[in-house]
Amino acid sequence: MQAIPPVEEPRRRVSAANAGQGPDAHHPVVREAKTVEVKDVNLYYGDFHAVQDVSMRIQPNRVTALIGSSGCGKTTFLRSINRMHELTPGAWVEGEVTIDEDDIYGEAVDPVAVRRLVGMVFQSPNPFPTMSVAENVIAGVTLNNRKMSKQDRDEVIERSLRGANLWDEVKDRLGRPGAGLSGGQQQRLCIARAIAVEPEILLMDEPCSALDPIATLAIEDLIAELKSRYTIVIVTHNMQQAARASDVTAFFNLEATGKPGRLVEIGPTETIFTTPAEKATEDYVSGRFG
Amino acid sequence: MSVSAVGGATLTRRGVLPSWTPYAVVLGVAACVAALLAAAGNLKIVPLIAVTLVVSAAVIYVMSRVVEGSRRATDRLVTLSITTAFGLAVAPLISVLYQVFKRGLARFDSAFFTESARGVIGAGGGASHAIWGTLIITGCATVISVPIGIMAAIYLTEYGRGRLRRSITFFVDVMTGIPSIVAGLFAYALFALFLGPGTRMGIIGAVALSVLMIPIVIRASEEVLKIVPTHLREASYALGTPKWRTITKVVLPTALAGLVTGVMIAVARIIGETAPLLVTTGVIDSTNTNPFSGRMQNLAVYAFGEYRNPGVQRDAAFDRAWAAALTLILIVMVLFLAARLVYRRFGTEIR
Repeated sequence: MQAIPPVEEPRRRVSAANAGQGPDAHHPVVREAKTVEVKDVNLYYGDFHAVQDVSMRIQPNRVTALIGSSGCGKTTFLRSINRMHELTPGAWVEGEVTIDEDDIYGEAVDPVAVRRLVGMVFQSPNPFPTMSVAENVIAGVTLNNRKMSKQDRDEVIERSLRGANLWDEVKDRLGRPGAGLSGGQQQRLCIARAIAVEPEILLMDEPCSALDPIATLAIEDLIAELKSRYTIVIVTHNMQQAARASDVTAFFNLEATGKPGRLVEIGPTETIFTTPAEKATEDYVSGRFG
Repeated sequence: MSVSAVGGATLTRRGVLPSWTPYAVVLGVAACVAALLAAAGNLKIVPLIAVTLVVSAAVIYVMSRVVEGSRRATDRLVTLSITTAFGLAVAPLISVLYQVFKRGLARFDSAFFTESARGVIGAGGGASHAIWGTLIITGCATVISVPIGIMAAIYLTEYGRGRLRRSITFFVDVMTGIPSIVAGLFAYALFALFLGPGTRMGIIGAVALSVLMIPIVIRASEEVLKIVPTHLREASYALGTPKWRTITKVVLPTALAGLVTGVMIAVARIIGETAPLLVTTGVIDSTNTNPFSGRMQNLAVYAFGEYRNPGVQRDAAFDRAWAAALTLILIVMVLFLAARLVYRRFGTEIR
């Protein structure tokens, strides 16, 4: 099969309701986000070496897609950027990850503070079942017991929900349980929850894998808008999605089962999908394996 | 009825017995066995049921085997055995409930709930002192056990690792098997160290009951906390929430309904304890609502006392004992209904 997915600029489908909310040029930067620099990172689960020697630079205000076959360590690597990896019992990290020069694995660094800087959206939508839509959005504030005036609270809720393109759909049922929304809405609710705490970097672990094509499209549009304010890293199994939604693509692979995953190649999405340097990348993006 | 044929094998069923067959067979066999037993002049309920079940199982098996084939016949035989096992399991329960209601209603009057047993020699009197005692002692035991039990469960699910965790789980399991009298003697001995031997107080009873209750609360809560999905904890961590806040604000609220149910099961388990309270809180005929001073009566010990020392009017004392048992069962039922309501109101669907 010779079909190489067409690469195009992420299409902008700004609906009337959201017109004026998002940026209006191709790569406008509303807020300068931060750069992540990864140097020789090795990730382990106990004795198992999951990811080997990854070094990359994740550019600010760009969408970086991590692609590769299942089990090659994409998600593990993603979780090392906000120190979620070490929450798994027995998991540990070697190497250096810096966010704008600050080493997040430094001696004095509090992992909780890192996670406030690096938000995360998970594979399956996981709104808190005990909370309403509004409470879910504001969870980052209430869970940390920060006080906030009613007015500020309402403002943050509206801004975050608008930011997640969800406001118009839920503004009349902010008090209803968050788990009562549809899958796609729940995922956008989780994105709203993540951006409500104003992180610099947003990690997304296959955010569309549990969603239908329409909901997927809505999330991809949202990602394109969000990069004006955040640095985004997205793990995806869907190569079309990587081609549509990302600016930079990183291809992970493992030599054999049981061997650690490695970063094979990273480059502009267009290059990776048309003229990759490595044979393995070409085989993967053209659908010859994986 | 031929449906279709796949690869030459026919899908046609042989015959089908009407759906009412098993019931008809059991009733028919029961009638025959009853007639035979009556003819022998020995009609009793237990042999009637036992013989009926064995004979009708054989009859149904043979009928089904002839009409429907061996696979259906085996199926029917197993269905009948399982239904019988279920019946055997619930029969004592129904019998106990029936007897307690039947005999307990005789003295289930307002005097029973308003008067104590003070100065009562024959008929009359009540158990208000024992009802108060039961509620207060159980309440104290719950107040002691629930925080300890739930915090221990949090340790086991959220913090505990490796050997220590495993050994704690093991000892908690061992603790659930402690005979209740041992718990009573432990509490008695513990307080005797400080207050001298022979001290009897409600709170000593509550401590004894806590020893029995804590392991149950730990095990029940641990199971509930375990099924709170990891992805909710991770969602909370990803928002920059420290671990202890994640536990208090995400894990515990999500598990709330299950925790309440677990506590209720533990309460139901200890509310009817007799032996440890006999040792620790003693026996008394008048009302005492202060758990920190003097003896305290409770319903189970009261029922036991009425039965053991019926006094001059045996039947009146026995009626009071049955009424006490009925009251105890009703208290447990009310607690479970309350737990159900909490579950309905705050229950969260855990995915």
